Amino acid sequence: MASYRSIRDLDWPMLILTLAICAFGVLQIYSSTRDTSWKDKWWQQILYILLGLLLMWVISSIDYHTLLGQVPLLYGLTITTLIATFLIGSKVWGGRRWIPFPMGFRFQVSEFAKLVIVLLVARYLTELRRDRLELKDLLKLVGLVGLPFVLVNRQPDLGTSLTYLPILAVGVFIAGLRWQQVAGIVCILVLLVPAWWYFGSSEYQKKRITSFQDPGQDAKGSGYQVIQSKIAVGSGGMWGKGVTRGLQTQLRFLPVPHTDFIFSTFAEEHGFVGVVVVLGMYFLLLMQIVQNAQTAPDRAGMYICMGVCVLLLFHLLVNVGMVVGLMPVTGIPLPLMSYGGSSMWSVFLMLGLVNNVRLRRFVN
Amino acid sequence: MPVIPEEERKYGEKPLLRDDPKFATGKIAFLQYLIVAVFLFLSAGFWKLQVQDQGIYDEAAERNRIKTLPLPAPRGKILDRDGRVIVDNHSSFRLILSRENLKEEHLPAIAAGLHLDLDDLIQRLRRFSSRPRYVPITIKQELTQGELAFVESHRDQETFPEMEVIHAQRRVYPGNNIAAHTIGYIGEVSESELDQADFARYSQGDVLGKTGIERQYNDSLMGVDGQRRVMVDNWGRERQLIDYKPAVPGTNLQLTIDLDLQSVAELAMETRKRGAVVALDPRSGEVLAMVSFPAFDPNLFAGHISNANYKLLTTNPDKPLLNRATMGQLAPGSTFKPIMALAGLETGTVDENTRVVCQGGASFYGTYHKCHLKSGHGTTDLHRALGQSCDVYFYNLGNRLGIDKIAQYAEMAGLGKKTGIDLPYEQEGIVPSTKWKIRTARQKFYAGETISVAIGQGALTVTPLQLAHAIGGLAMGGKWFKPHLVKEATPQPPVRNEKLDPLNVQRVVSGMYGVVNEGGTGYLARLPGIELCGKTGTAQLASNDYIKAHKGDMDLTDNAWFVGFAPRENPEIVVVALLEGGGHGPAAAPIVRDVIKAYFDKKAMKSKTGGAPALAFARPGGF
Repeated sequence: MASYRSIRDLDWPMLILTLAICAFGVLQIYSSTRDTSWKDKWWQQILYILLGLLLMWVISSIDYHTLLGQVPLLYGLTITTLIATFLIGSKVWGGRRWIPFPMGFRFQVSEFAKLVIVLLVARYLTELRRDRLELKDLLKLVGLVGLPFVLVNRQPDLGTSLTYLPILAVGVFIAGLRWQQVAGIVCILVLLVPAWWYFGSSEYQKKRITSFQDPGQDAKGSGYQVIQSKIAVGSGGMWGKGVTRGLQTQLRFLPVPHTDFIFSTFAEEHGFVGVVVVLGMYFLLLMQIVQNAQTAPDRAGMYICMGVCVLLLFHLLVNVGMVVGLMPVTGIPLPLMSYGGSSMWSVFLMLGLVNNVRLRRFVN
Repeated sequence: MPVIPEEERKYGEKPLLRDDPKFATGKIAFLQYLIVAVFLFLSAGFWKLQVQDQGIYDEAAERNRIKTLPLPAPRGKILDRDGRVIVDNHSSFRLILSRENLKEEHLPAIAAGLHLDLDDLIQRLRRFSSRPRYVPITIKQELTQGELAFVESHRDQETFPEMEVIHAQRRVYPGNNIAAHTIGYIGEVSESELDQADFARYSQGDVLGKTGIERQYNDSLMGVDGQRRVMVDNWGRERQLIDYKPAVPGTNLQLTIDLDLQSVAELAMETRKRGAVVALDPRSGEVLAMVSFPAFDPNLFAGHISNANYKLLTTNPDKPLLNRATMGQLAPGSTFKPIMALAGLETGTVDENTRVVCQGGASFYGTYHKCHLKSGHGTTDLHRALGQSCDVYFYNLGNRLGIDKIAQYAEMAGLGKKTGIDLPYEQEGIVPSTKWKIRTARQKFYAGETISVAIGQGALTVTPLQLAHAIGGLAMGGKWFKPHLVKEATPQPPVRNEKLDPLNVQRVVSGMYGVVNEGGTGYLARLPGIELCGKTGTAQLASNDYIKAHKGDMDLTDNAWFVGFAPRENPEIVVVALLEGGGHGPAAAPIVRDVIKAYFDKKAMKSKTGGAPALAFARPGGF
């Protein structure tokens, strides 16, 4: 299947929005790391973006049906590498999340697992060919997504593992649930959450959740980050303090200003107006993806687009919500803006999938 | 209602059947609303923080990064009359706690890191609750290297941002005990002091002089603290100075004390039990030396005196904190006799030829009064009576004068009231008189009581300073200058200038000359080449009967006094030495002699070397 597509058929609005958001990200990384040991990160980020574009082009050019056909292989590979991460992963910030590569590269498998789960859910639900989901099929799918979820959760990386759930949820929602099933899921969740709290979660995860409810309680750790982040955002005001003028950022009151809290420093320096502009761009991006879902040639393409859309929405909600203190600190990055190769590439790959679906919308 | 055919379909091939993605339109529309809702939710979060509550967060950001650091003003130095340093300051690192971002739960760790007692620290914080929160609290005056390292590594925003190190000048008394009572000590203003009107201008945490010169001249010594406002980063490092109000250092103070004489006097007292030495320049009232023994080390108070040390000082029966020179009120004994002699001559009650026969005692009003010499002095005139300190002569003189004449001349000499020296808590002593008796005891004064007063006993009490002042003025021929410790810019007139008959003064002085130089009781004070005049005194603490009855119960040994001045004409220095429990009067004479000798030795050397202070007195372990 080597059909060439016209460059006109690319999703140009999506690409332009993506690159604009990336540009804001690079600017913010530059501004917030100016005189720190991270001061080279902004141009490294540009390299990641360029590589991301390449990956996007590569994945766009392979028909997504071909990719869906390889789901068992991809799934098996993902599970194997996740298990391998436990064994040979390098320990950073108290968790094993990275597979070390030669030349100092590290590879975060859990980021790419998102992509596989999007494809998995799309294929599984398409193959069902029913308007409603049977309980047996639902449980099978939950099991398939649950395995990587548990593996990543145990790394421990609660934030990333949680991002798998919206993909599952949106798939199941579109595939069609009976209200009894909805009620059943709600009941199980109600029972599972306390069970996880008492038996499954680590101290560090508990702390993050409790400090979200009362940041003053753990003012030294993650509670401190939220307090400082809110101060940064709030003191930005309507118009912001200007690029490289955000004192919360420049005086280092905000930890890791170029990764998880990048939107906090952005809000400090660009104010409410800047926040609305960038959130508006994210909104348009998501709407563009939804539009691609609506015009997808088949159910599989629709599931892929909606999976990517909801995944990005979840990232935004959790990361930006954390910055303003509306969500707990989970350590998941802001797509397209936070510094980091794995995260950037996984987002570009997913946008590539959406583009892939778009490119094939007129195919009969 | 299955609409989709049940055909097998393989991926990786062309789709066999075009399935319909439109079945989910409604659900996708629902998800679109969900997206809108999420964005509205997030935007609302930013609206709240950035538009509604911007002021709150602006303030919080400011609190984060702006620190106000006090710049403590160094206290003025205290110098001796030659400009040598008696009290100095040295650089130290002081730890202050900012209460704006203080957290109770940090206190145990901070106390442990700085080797402080946690309960003390908490109490201290509680005491400061009356002061505004932006005023930081000093919790440790002087940090060691180790403690400094602890602070530096823990004062970032995430650990203990409330800790701050400032540079301060700590009080240091290089001579340790030297002139301790005169200099006094400093300390933090106390709770009870803050309730007094005099202390209204101070606030909790201020360090001020508690006694002595430190207290008397506190306001000029203290200076005015400044402050710095700086921008700091997350680790408490300074990034930028915002504004700066320099500290105004306290004014240096030059005393009239001569460290050389002071040291001689201190050394002379060192082996004694208790006592005091005061040296004045009778021509101006300048205090040249003032010692009270035993003394204390004011360095103990300079930081924060420990309870144990303070208790040791306050419970010591020798009362080391008491300045005996200005606060010790004791019977002057025979050192009062020169004033008696002057009163007798001036009133015409006796003249130089009046003679009394001493047989070792005499009876007055039915009571037998002994002379200190059992065998008696025989026939004595005034000169001999002073030289040999004949009590019987003065019994008779006192009896003839009457108590009120005695009181008149004692008060003229400055006894019975404060000299007005620039030291706090000076005591006035007692000069008994009929008025005094009525005022204090509501009783008539019995003539028999006059007999004891005539030899400096009875109700009469003086402080060593008063005695030096009194005898100095007498030696000056009736000019009494106010004793003072801080050099005056312009010479002050005498506080009392009495018209005395110069001949009468000469007669008294000649008697005092005899005490030292003509085989009198003060022969130990004799100095070759110097016309030293003086008077011994042995003051009983109680009547002879009482002493006999309580022998062994308590220390009732007599107090030994000596007052001396030199030269005979135009005196330049008058010295009083008191040895409490020193026994016989002559014991105090060598101390006065040593101080006067040091004075003249120094003067001789000064004239040789052209004015420079030559006698650099070295005290072991001192300066």
